Amino acid sequence: MAEIRYLAPRSLDEAIGAFAAAGSAARILAGGTDLLVQMRSGMVAPGVIVDIKKIPEMTTIEETSDGGFRIGAAVSGAVLAEHARFGKVWPGVLEAVNLIGSKQVQGRASAGGNLCNGSPAGDSVPAMIAAGAVVTVQGPNGRREMKVEEVPAGPGRTNLKPGEILVSFKLPPRPPGSGDAYLRMIPRTEMDIAVVGIGVSLTIKDGVCTAARVGLGAVAPTALLVEPAAKALIGTKLDAAALEKAAEACRAACRPIDDKRGTVAYRIKTAGVLLKRTVAIAAKRATEK
Amino acid sequence: MNVVTNNKWIGQRTIRPDGMDKVTGRAQFAADFNMPGQIWGKILRSPHPHARIRGINTSKAEKLPGVKAVVTAKDIVDFPIEKGAVPLGIQDMRWMCRNVMAREKALFPGHPVAAVAATTEEIAAEACKLIEVDYEVLPWTIEIEDAIKPDAPVLHEWNKWEGKPSNIVGRLEHKKGDIAEGFKQADVVIERTFTTRPVHQGYIEPHACTISVAGDGKTTIWSSSQGQFMVRAMTSLLTGIPQSDIRAIPAEIGGGFGGKTIIYLEPIATMLAKKSGRPVKMVMTRDEVMRATGPTSASRSTVKIGATKDGRIVAARGTFYLQAGALPGSPIRGAAGCSFTPYDIPNLLSEGYDVCSNRSKVAAYRAPGAPIGAYAVECVMDEVAEALKIDPLDFRKINGAKEGTKASHGPVLPRIGYIETVEAAKASPHYNAPLGDGHGKPRGRGVASGFWFNAGGESSAQVNITEDGNVVVTTGHPDIGGSRAAIANICAELLGIDYSRVSVIIGDTQTVGFSNLTGGSRVLFASAMVVTQSTEKIIQTLRERAAKIWNIDPEAVKWENGAAHPSSPNAGQFEPLTLAELADKAPAMGGPIGAGVQLNTQGADGGYGTHVCDVEIDTDLGIARVIRYTAVQDVGRAIHPGYVEGQLQGGVVQGIGWALNEEYIYNKDGKVDNAGFLDYRMPVCSDMPMIDCIMVEIPNPKHPQGVKGVGEVPVVPVMAAVANAIYNALGIRFYSLPMSPPKISAALDANVKQAAE
Amino acid sequence: MSKIHVTTTINGEPTEFLCAPDNTMLDVLRGPLGLTGSKEGCSSGDCGACSITVDGRLVCSCLMLAVEAEGHEIGTIEGMAKGGKLQPLQQKFLEHAALQCGICTPGMLVASDALLRKNPNPTEEEVRFWLAGNLCRCTGYDKIVRAVLDAAAEMRR
Repeated sequence: MAEIRYLAPRSLDEAIGAFAAAGSAARILAGGTDLLVQMRSGMVAPGVIVDIKKIPEMTTIEETSDGGFRIGAAVSGAVLAEHARFGKVWPGVLEAVNLIGSKQVQGRASAGGNLCNGSPAGDSVPAMIAAGAVVTVQGPNGRREMKVEEVPAGPGRTNLKPGEILVSFKLPPRPPGSGDAYLRMIPRTEMDIAVVGIGVSLTIKDGVCTAARVGLGAVAPTALLVEPAAKALIGTKLDAAALEKAAEACRAACRPIDDKRGTVAYRIKTAGVLLKRTVAIAAKRATEK
Repeated sequence: MNVVTNNKWIGQRTIRPDGMDKVTGRAQFAADFNMPGQIWGKILRSPHPHARIRGINTSKAEKLPGVKAVVTAKDIVDFPIEKGAVPLGIQDMRWMCRNVMAREKALFPGHPVAAVAATTEEIAAEACKLIEVDYEVLPWTIEIEDAIKPDAPVLHEWNKWEGKPSNIVGRLEHKKGDIAEGFKQADVVIERTFTTRPVHQGYIEPHACTISVAGDGKTTIWSSSQGQFMVRAMTSLLTGIPQSDIRAIPAEIGGGFGGKTIIYLEPIATMLAKKSGRPVKMVMTRDEVMRATGPTSASRSTVKIGATKDGRIVAARGTFYLQAGALPGSPIRGAAGCSFTPYDIPNLLSEGYDVCSNRSKVAAYRAPGAPIGAYAVECVMDEVAEALKIDPLDFRKINGAKEGTKASHGPVLPRIGYIETVEAAKASPHYNAPLGDGHGKPRGRGVASGFWFNAGGESSAQVNITEDGNVVVTTGHPDIGGSRAAIANICAELLGIDYSRVSVIIGDTQTVGFSNLTGGSRVLFASAMVVTQSTEKIIQTLRERAAKIWNIDPEAVKWENGAAHPSSPNAGQFEPLTLAELADKAPAMGGPIGAGVQLNTQGADGGYGTHVCDVEIDTDLGIARVIRYTAVQDVGRAIHPGYVEGQLQGGVVQGIGWALNEEYIYNKDGKVDNAGFLDYRMPVCSDMPMIDCIMVEIPNPKHPQGVKGVGEVPVVPVMAAVANAIYNALGIRFYSLPMSPPKISAALDANVKQAAE
Repeated sequence: MSKIHVTTTINGEPTEFLCAPDNTMLDVLRGPLGLTGSKEGCSSGDCGACSITVDGRLVCSCLMLAVEAEGHEIGTIEGMAKGGKLQPLQQKFLEHAALQCGICTPGMLVASDALLRKNPNPTEEEVRFWLAGNLCRCTGYDKIVRAVLDAAAEMRR
């Protein structure tokens, strides 16, 4: 029954100081929907809990002058959903963030926590990868940026350095004719962990796909950016042959395991199915605008 | 007994007496109760599926500051195996004492081996870690097919099957006619083997109790269960405290579905309380509930049905292997006994085998065993009907059991409503509606029937007229799904007073007479009988009191609309005397008015249902969704239709979960790999359509209101109805549950591959 | 473990409590505050029986540290009926027999109330997806969904 300290710093510098000082015994608390479950089950026993929700930079959404967005790492899914513009520009990212758990969980859970939890199956991660989101991290040695796909290191692990805190996500401005989407496969209609999750972001000009990114989750130790799938789509009219090629690229990228949530064969097959479905939604959104 | 007609309250959707407390958060469930000075109990559980316990050293735990008591199997009364069965209801105390606390061996991961009470939950948990258990780890077996192999590790060396130590611990057989002769007459014979996985009752309220043992041994148990008298009896047997000293107070119960017909915590908490001198509270975590309380059996069933060209079943055979878990007692009676009962089959052999293995001991789950058997039988029924090119409902009607049919499990059936359920299903809007367009997703429709025994048994009630002329009814069955409302309907009806004047409460073990479990779909059947008889006695008293006041013969007084009236003008001219007036005059006219009745109720007829299910399949992902469902059931008489429908709807949705996603998954170490709601995957609200109900009312002639049990039948046909619907959509039969996306997807792929070859 | 002093508002009442840093809001509601209407079904955010609102937003109280209540407004089932008068959702749950054992009912009501505040005219599908985080094992959800839709209709009148 080790002593636990709870800290709720008001500034990022204060948070970083406290977090770094506490070393490996410290845990960041954003929405807490993973941390509290891990604490209750005995998986983790933090000595210090650093609640980052009193730090303005980590709890605000900002539409930047270039039309991009900066989302604080601790912004909950419910708050993101209430933003007047975000869901119109990045509907796929929003639906991914809001597939994390129940309405109750969405009231707390954040994209930052989802990424730092390091689960290969986190719903928001493939969508953020597809969006080309970049995260700002800050630690004792200052600030740096990382691509979202560079953050996960393996199940439960990230490439953040000791003492570093994920501060925010930066999503780029959207060229005209862009759309994104996220789909996942779960056995029920809600409340499950993704068996496969796919985020797709597209730009379409005159019927031709000019830019694409594909993020793939739950089929490898980390969520993946599937560049061959994007390449298969770019320059095409998203015809059946292109979709099949992209689906094949997704299947080829899978390095899944058999577990209680799905089999290797099922996950590989599903990755291809979902690629096609997700592209269709993203393309519809891109051309509707 | 007179069947009440022209009802005012029976059949009404009244507001349940306990409703206000439940929608405001005031109702006290097991974990909501605290006692002054209470401490917390925690259990140390075996990490091994199978291990001999060579010794337990609790000294370090006892020395931890804050620890007030430690108990092990030494503190629980032993029921030695060699001394023979000590039955309590359907349980045997030899198994119960070993289930509550491992004795010679730990038999599953999660099996309690010791327990600690300390001033906080954290200290108790910490102390558990300090207990040293010397285990001799043994080879283990979980799945039925492994456990029945000749070289399987044997859990109970004393058990012999065909002369050798074995995990087969019981067999049951129902036989009728000569199946060899019967199958010879058949034009179509279909035999299939089916498997099902263990599924948990999934009650949302974990097991919990708070227990005080005073210095003189007087014990108070506050816990939620499906029977406070079962709690008292088992706790008494396992602790040695006489029943007269144990007051078991039934908390509101947050779901049971059979899983709370046995106890886990109460004897342990009682011994911790006794040793520490402090009230002890224990609350299971969800993880403990999933690992260490009984899910139902996994099963392996082979069913063979033969029929003639004209659609008559001439012979059937069923062999049902059910997984009991650590200790004997799987519901083979439900599987082997119920599955063929909807049908009149001249030649039949139905066998059940009880198989022990290293998982938690099975507990009852809604119509225990019957859904497992019905899944196999009703799927084969579908195949036979298809082979004969007969509508599956017509096939069931042709062979339907009726009054006078000799059932496979023995009795000659009374007037039953099975065929009426088939007819109502056939005539239902659902069965006659087109499947509709799935927009690329194939749709299919399936039907299935089911039977459950239903139970009567012991019940007690006390009905008292209050001094202000209202009514308090006390019964002894925990109310799990609205039974208080139905009892109030009946009492108000009989007394001819407003429903709001009847209060219904559940008494504790020391304030109401013995009442058996809330289980077997028996509560309203049995309670209505004792409440009716009590109320009739009261009405007799009220007539006598009025007669005395009017100075006429009691036979000349009738009771109507809540008042005594002269039965005819010949009896005299008197102003009616209301219940309130008679209550007011009670002290002068002979004293308090009340009556109690205690019976071992008889005449509970079995229940039958027929279901229609539509599914839609995402063939690319292998996801089956139920899009429409109709449950038809002979409910006898729906005293409170809202709660009868609720039983049907709830049972159906549990069955859909069983059919599509729910299952226990064991890892390579023999531990449950999905011991939580997240990965156990019970149906959530967005998974389900509305569940339509058709209540066929064929009153039970042996019951004053015509009541038949309704709670268990609705889960029985479901898995087969879903499987048959999936077959109808895809042309693929599934012989194992759950029909989860990877399984459906793999079957579709295999089909495509086969077609290509 | 040293305790933390928290000042908050619960069901409109200014409230103070002491808690350990790792106590959940549910621990404190059910323990020292005696508000046992919020139920503990899983402690992992999967059943919704402990649903409360924080500044009007629906959350699982098992997934929130009690210290986080500092300065916020907490709403629990105990605050739903005002002055002994049931809120329409509570009344409709009773009329529709939308509860059997009743253990999920407080969470269902708190969640449904949060839905209707946000969306006074939900479709059946919207109700079903909103309530997906509230497990009920007794009713099969049918009567719960009907009760919510009926309450919504009444509250719009």
